[in-house]
Amino acid sequence: MSGQSAATLRKQSAASPPIKRVLSWGRYPKTAHYHVHKPSWNDQVPEILRAAAPGSLLPYGLGRSYGDSCLNAGRELIDCRRLNRILGFDESTGMVRCEGGVSLSDIIDVVLPVGWFLPVTPGTRFVTVGGAIANDVHGKNHHCAGTFGAHVRQIGLHRSNDGLVVCNSEENADMLRATVGGLGLTGVIAWADIQLKRVAGSWVDAESTPFQSLNAFLDLSRDSNDHFEYTVAWLDCFAGKNPRGIFFRGNHAADHGKEFHPKRGPKLPFALPACMLNRYSVRAFNTAYYRIHAAKKGAAVVPYESFFYPLDSIRQWNLLYGRQGFLQYQCVIPETNLDAFEELLDRIARSGMGSFLGVLKQFGSAPPAGMLSFPRPGLTIALDFAMRGERTLKLMQSLDEIVRQSGGALYPAKDARMSPALFETSFPRWRGFVPYIDPKMSSSFWRRVTGAQ
Amino acid sequence: MMTLTAQPTTSRPATTPATAMKKIVILGATSGIALEVQRQLAHQGRELLLVARSPQRLAELQADLAVRGAQQVLTYSADLASIQQHAAIFEFARHNFPDFDTVLLAYGSMHDQKESEGSVDVLLEELRVNFVSATAILTLFAADLERRRTGCLAAITSVAGDRGRRSNYVYGSAKGALSLFLQGLRSRLYPAGVRVITIKPGPVQSSMTDHLPGSARFADPEQVARDIVRALERRSPDVLYTPKVWRYIMTAVQQIPETIFKRLSL
Repeated sequence: MSGQSAATLRKQSAASPPIKRVLSWGRYPKTAHYHVHKPSWNDQVPEILRAAAPGSLLPYGLGRSYGDSCLNAGRELIDCRRLNRILGFDESTGMVRCEGGVSLSDIIDVVLPVGWFLPVTPGTRFVTVGGAIANDVHGKNHHCAGTFGAHVRQIGLHRSNDGLVVCNSEENADMLRATVGGLGLTGVIAWADIQLKRVAGSWVDAESTPFQSLNAFLDLSRDSNDHFEYTVAWLDCFAGKNPRGIFFRGNHAADHGKEFHPKRGPKLPFALPACMLNRYSVRAFNTAYYRIHAAKKGAAVVPYESFFYPLDSIRQWNLLYGRQGFLQYQCVIPETNLDAFEELLDRIARSGMGSFLGVLKQFGSAPPAGMLSFPRPGLTIALDFAMRGERTLKLMQSLDEIVRQSGGALYPAKDARMSPALFETSFPRWRGFVPYIDPKMSSSFWRRVTGAQ
Repeated sequence: MMTLTAQPTTSRPATTPATAMKKIVILGATSGIALEVQRQLAHQGRELLLVARSPQRLAELQADLAVRGAQQVLTYSADLASIQQHAAIFEFARHNFPDFDTVLLAYGSMHDQKESEGSVDVLLEELRVNFVSATAILTLFAADLERRRTGCLAAITSVAGDRGRRSNYVYGSAKGALSLFLQGLRSRLYPAGVRVITIKPGPVQSSMTDHLPGSARFADPEQVARDIVRALERRSPDVLYTPKVWRYIMTAVQQIPETIFKRLSL
């Protein structure tokens, strides 16, 4: 295998190479890595890049990508979590400079007390800045703020052949566009300048509204997008073509004055037995969740943690899905093709394999910030499927067919299995990105969907 | 182009400290455990003087700790392993960071044991960095605190110093000797009201231990740093084992008779 060649190319005195098990958030696929570098300082990165064999490295952050886009099976990773220093923060302009391994959580802790917040945040605060850029992540405000990458003003990028390259809209602008959404393949992000947004405090004016059809969801979404910065919906995927769900929308509240100290939440200590999550328990959960939220519909002022990061309160929730792990399916389908979207929902409902974390969002029309950015106008849905072997993969393949025919796309950050053909449909211009890949970088995902070595 | 702002607003003093820890000198500020300790001290709004070799790394640390709430962050670039530089370090602290009340010695080196078995140079270097240079710089700072009859001296040694083991007795003997030195120093400074804390961490995940087998199961440096900061704030203990379980493990290890112990491939 290609991993072998990377291993033999690397000078190593030990007879048998150490094998490190590193998993992504979905805990599927199970991969072994030949070596994990753990630099503590940016000045150590050039030497790691210099000494590596071509195509042997990939930067790794907090491992929140679900599939194999953050893995490099049989080869090496650069664990960037110790590169976690905030190098500057200008309180008057809201510009923050941080190393690639700084978590969004750390940024919030520093900037929120003085009235700043992330311009865009995904559904967990436990991702690194490097990861947020490499996957050009989106959030509940995509319809008005675009993706995370749109707020990155400048980066310093370690490249194996040109040293530290500074990229902004004037200098190396194309390298910046390649790195945003570039899946870590363009180099190691040394630091990034991010423009934060002003907020009055840490509270959110939130509203929840139950809905009972896709059209009702779209009406709610269109009505809300002009007046609410944040919109998203939870979907009961067992309900089929006319899904029920809860629509959440919100705005940052005017200063609420009260300080909120979150308690450290519970933690799943180990992977649960796979039988705990079955169609009956999930169906019961979904019904209860719907009824509870439908009953307490209306407006409330809530702490930002519970609005943006409800799942962060259960640490290691990914262990819910048992030892085999799970796959997430996130696609986007053009709004002109609602039939396709309904068919997708119908197929998931009939399979009985969906899970309780169905998330639905209408993307805005902001132009993509990166060459391989995923968000584009349309409806996006994200769903978890416990890994049950062949039958899970078969279902997902049948969903792929719908996505492909409708002119949609799949999200690499969530993927562990899409075919090269579907990648081609999703990112028809990926070949234009190839020249920007650092010759020392590669990933499991990239080899799988492009056939690169 | 970027201005750095220290933000006292973000600092939340946790509890009222029993000792007046405000200004802390950190010797070996770029070591793995020191990094975590400094971050927690910054969060509490303390004042810091960081001593380490690399000016570049010190500058990065200074920026980070200021942003995270430290009231003042000074840096001084010097090689602590070089005893000739100690006087200058101490003078810098006395003049630019007067009335410092706490000194934490956090540097050390861990060579491969096998290397120091085969090379006297490596062996002596290991002893010189971990023991000789540490006692030299502690002596300078001890005299000052003794004269001012205040403050606290803390040094990170290791559980490896509690018993000589086949696999790392060179590192262990240097750290063990440092623990003995601290024991004597504690007694000497007791009448002056100066505290001396011996910090004995078990194996901790850091750049110093990444290459060791089983390093993924080593203690989380954040937890170790929490224990250290708490010990600096309070009146006790004199000897801190962290994580705590190592106090019991080492008590048991010390009970094993030598005739048996020498046969164990620990």
